[in-house]
Amino acid sequence: MSTETATEPKTRRISTRTLIISGVIVAIVLAGLISGFASSHPDGLEYVAEQLGFHSTAQDSAAATGPLADYGVSGVENARLSGGLAGIIGVAVVAVVMGGLVWLLRRSGSRQTATRATDPEA
Amino acid sequence: MHVPDGFLDAPTSVGTAVVAAAGVAIALRGSRRELDDRTAPLAGLVAMFVFAAQMLNFPVGLGTSGHLLGGALAAILVGPYTATLILTVVLLVQALLFADGGITALGTNITLMGLVGVWVAWAVFVGVRAILPKRLSSLTPASFVAGLVSVPAAALAFVAFYAIGGQAPIDLTALTGAMLAWHTVIGVGEGLITALVVASVVATRPDLVHGAQPLLKQRSLTVRSPEGISA
Repeated sequence: MSTETATEPKTRRISTRTLIISGVIVAIVLAGLISGFASSHPDGLEYVAEQLGFHSTAQDSAAATGPLADYGVSGVENARLSGGLAGIIGVAVVAVVMGGLVWLLRRSGSRQTATRATDPEA
Repeated sequence: MHVPDGFLDAPTSVGTAVVAAAGVAIALRGSRRELDDRTAPLAGLVAMFVFAAQMLNFPVGLGTSGHLLGGALAAILVGPYTATLILTVVLLVQALLFADGGITALGTNITLMGLVGVWVAWAVFVGVRAILPKRLSSLTPASFVAGLVSVPAAALAFVAFYAIGGQAPIDLTALTGAMLAWHTVIGVGEGLITALVVASVVATRPDLVHGAQPLLKQRSLTVRSPEGISA
């Protein structure tokens, strides 16, 4: 975040490329490093569920035995390394899935726009 | 507020899955109008940021924590339709790879965070932007309020689902009060982070911010000058 604001005072603009690269670095640092310092307390919903006594109805997800379950890489002993690696893998997977989805949408979108060029709604 | 499997009964989970699927289908159509050559890369970046930020639980007192949901942030930066898709992708990856949020609860979580969180935030943002002075600095308070309101709104939606199909018999008044209180506090954090990140991007590249577009059209001749940006 702070890297995005570090721009030349004269123009106060940065290239899209610089913005994207800074953003990617921020995301990787947040997920890979800062996440190790995140609060491990239950979140609002978990806390309320415990207080009101319905937390026991929660069931383990079918994904709970997966190699990345609960933001850790199974087999990596060091908790901080395990969590950081899991975070970076997650950021990468989200980037690939979202990037692929946007690519598909824009590809099919441009084809539709081309075939409906006379339609003002297109 | 990732809902685990088991909190809601099967019919309610099927119902929220249908709602989520319909919402995502509409978002798939709508996002095409939001994504152009310049803003498309931003969608991937915002998705990465939302995933990373959701790992960062911040303490809110009494041994409880909260984290950014990101619906307001994504809607303001890249548009609400694309924001719904971003939250859907993040929630899918979290549920399938990280066992964060249930798999049968995926439709519930997409409805809460990807639909209610995103669209309440967007409606509040547009409303606050309309009553504030027409300048870029107004986007910061509008982003704060949008983020703040979106979290208790999603919490209320959870209460509504629990009233329909909660597995345990719980006093709904107590549930409503507790969910609203905690998620309003968490919402303050959501609002602060949303405002900080939106202000950072607006300060550097306001032309890429979806929520800034109506303001930029009016001042399209001055926006590239330092005065136009700082005004």
